[in-house]
Amino acid sequence: MFRFIVRRLLQLIPTLFGLSLLLFIWLRRLPGGPETAILGERGTPEMRAAIRRNMGLDEPILVQYGRFVRRMIKLDLGTSTSTKRAVTTEFIERFPGTVELTITAMIIAIGVGIPLGYLAARRRGRFLDHASVGGSLIGICIPVFFLGYVLKAIFSENLHWFPSSGRQDPTLGATRVTNFFVLDGLMTREWDAAADALWHLVLPAIALASIPLAIIVRITRASVLEVLNEDFVRTAEAKGLTEQTVRRRHVLRNAMLPVATSIGLLAGGLLSGAVLTETVFAFSGIGAFVAEAIGQRDYPVLMGFILIIAVVYVLVNLLVDLSYSFIDPRVRVR
Amino acid sequence: MALLEVDDLSVTFARRGQRAVHAVDGVSFSVDAGEVVGLVGESGCGKSVTSLAIMGLLPKQPGLRVGGKAVFDGTDLLQLDDRSRRDIRGRDIAMIFQDPLSSLNPVIPIGLQVTEVLTRHRGMKGAAAAKEAAALLDRVGIPDPKRRLKEYPHQLSGGMRQRALIAMAVACQPRLLIADEPTTALDVTIQAQILELLKELVRDSGTALLMITHDLGVVAGMCDTVNVLYGGRVVETARRRPLFRQPRHPYTVGLLGSVPRLDAGRGEKLNPIPGSVRDLLPWPDGCAFAPRCARRIDECVGEPPQLVHTHDGRSYRCVNPEPVPGTVPAPREEEQA
Repeated sequence: MFRFIVRRLLQLIPTLFGLSLLLFIWLRRLPGGPETAILGERGTPEMRAAIRRNMGLDEPILVQYGRFVRRMIKLDLGTSTSTKRAVTTEFIERFPGTVELTITAMIIAIGVGIPLGYLAARRRGRFLDHASVGGSLIGICIPVFFLGYVLKAIFSENLHWFPSSGRQDPTLGATRVTNFFVLDGLMTREWDAAADALWHLVLPAIALASIPLAIIVRITRASVLEVLNEDFVRTAEAKGLTEQTVRRRHVLRNAMLPVATSIGLLAGGLLSGAVLTETVFAFSGIGAFVAEAIGQRDYPVLMGFILIIAVVYVLVNLLVDLSYSFIDPRVRVR
Repeated sequence: MALLEVDDLSVTFARRGQRAVHAVDGVSFSVDAGEVVGLVGESGCGKSVTSLAIMGLLPKQPGLRVGGKAVFDGTDLLQLDDRSRRDIRGRDIAMIFQDPLSSLNPVIPIGLQVTEVLTRHRGMKGAAAAKEAAALLDRVGIPDPKRRLKEYPHQLSGGMRQRALIAMAVACQPRLLIADEPTTALDVTIQAQILELLKELVRDSGTALLMITHDLGVVAGMCDTVNVLYGGRVVETARRRPLFRQPRHPYTVGLLGSVPRLDAGRGEKLNPIPGSVRDLLPWPDGCAFAPRCARRIDECVGEPPQLVHTHDGRSYRCVNPEPVPGTVPAPREEEQA
C-alpha cells in the first residue's frame, strides 16, 4: 500500500514535467511573445527589449527553460500582472475557499445521490424511479449560474434563510489561520465564525452540487440495477439473510465501484469549474479570480492555476484508486 | 408424509402487450426426508425456475405469477410472507448454484460469507462463528481452512469455490438441499469430487437432496428417484434403476439414447432427439413432445396426456409409452453400487 502511494506520487514528476514543457512552449508561442502579453499592443520597441532583457528572454532557450523549471520547483509562480502580488500568495488566499466549496458540494452530491440512486433502482419503474431519473436529467440540463440565481432569489432575497454572497460576515472579524474559514473557526474555537462560514456555503454548494448529484444518481442507479441481477445476490438471498444485510453487504458495496470512479473525476472538475457559482455568489474563491485573470491576460496566474489543477487531479485520482482497493480486493494494490 | 410436496406448481411471466410465458406448467413431485431426488431435463424445460419458485427466489417483477403448492413440512412455502421465507431459507432449505465464481460475492472474504449464515440463523458471532466456519470448510474438504477464511473468491480454484458454497449451504444442517446444476461449470475430475462430497454429506447428515441437472450421469450416480421434466411438466417419475432399465416415456428414452457412449463404434453417429423444446406452453391440445416424438400416434394430438400410474409406483405422461421390456440398457451399472 505504502509503495503504491509513493509510486503514484512519483508519477506526478513526469506529469508535471510534461505540463511544464507545454506551459513553457505556450508562453513562448503567445502572439507577440510574453512582452506583448504584459505591455499590450502599445509597447514601444525599446520597452519590449527592456522587458525581454529583464525576463531573460534574450538568453538561450534551454537556459530559459531551466530557470522556468527551477522557479516552479521553488513554488515561485511569478507575480500577477493585474494585482501585482505574488501568484502563490493569491492562491493561498483564494484556493481554500474553492476547496471548501467543492468539498461541501461533493458531500451533498454523494450524501443525496447514492441513497437516491439506490432507491430508484429498488423501486424501478415506480414513481420515485421516474422522479429521480427525470429530476437528474433536469439537474444536468439547468445551467449552474441559472440555478444559482434562482436559489439566491428564493432562499436569500425572499425567505432570508441564507446569505446571498460572500464567504463570511466580515463584521465578525474572524481570525484567519489556514484560510479555510470553517476550519479556522473550529481551530480558533470561534464557533459563530465557523457556523457563519458554513451558512455562507450552503446555497453555492447546492448550486455547484446539482450536476454531480444528477450524475451520481444515474450511475448509482444503473450500477445497483446491474448488481441486483448478479448471482451472488441470489446466493445471499438463498442464505435467508435479512434484506438489510443483503443490501448493505452484497449490493451497495459492489455497486460502489463505478460510482467511486465518477466521484473522483467530478471532484476534480468541480475544483476547476466552480467559476460560475463563485461569480454568482460573489464567493472569493480561485474560480472567480481565474476568470478575471483570463480577461486580463494574467498569464502567471493562469499558468499557476493550470499547474495546481494538474496536481489536484493526480491527487484526487490517487485517492480514488486507493478507495478502489478498499472496495474491491481484486484490484488491491501491491 | 413427504418432506417436500410440490403440487401443480406453475410459473408464468406476463408482460404488458405480450403473450404470457409459461416457464413451469403444473409440475408435481415429492421429496422424502433423506432422499435424493433428481429433476432432469433439457435447457429451458423449467428445472431452475421450479427450484427458484420453491425457494421464493424468482426475480420480483410485476407480471410474475406462481400457482400451485410447495408444501414443506406442513407449510405451503408459496403462501409465506417475505420474513418467514427468509427464516426458512438457509436454515431449513439451502441451495447450491451452478456457477461458483459468480455465486460468491467477489469483494467479501470467504469467511464472512460463511459466518453470515451462522450469525443469521444460529446466532453465532465473533470467534465462535469463525471457529465453526473453519470447521465447515474443513468438513467440505478445503485444506488450511483458517487461511482460506481470510481469502477472497478469486483466490480460490473453481472446485474450492463450489466447496465453499456447499459449506455455506450445509452450515445450518438444512433438512433439504437444492442443488441446481452444481457441477456444470466445473472440470470433469472436479465434478466427480463435488458429487462425491454431496453424496457423503447427504449420507452423513440425513439431508434430503433435490438434484437439478441435465446430466444423466449425475442422476445415475446419485439419485434415488428421478423426475423427468419436459416443457414445464413432469413426464415421467420412477426410481433410478427402473428408469434406466425400462424408460417408458419416449422423451426419457430419447434422453438416455442421446448420451454419448465410450463403447460405441467410431463410425456410429450420436443420437440426439430431433428438434428443440418448443416454447408452446401451456401444453397445447395434445402432448408437447409429440412434434419430436418417434412414437407419435394420432391420439397424441387432441387431449393433453394424463399421468399414468403403474402398479410399481412409477408414473408417466404418455398415451403410447415404450413397451416393457425396455430397449435401452441401464448405463454405467457398475457406478450405482
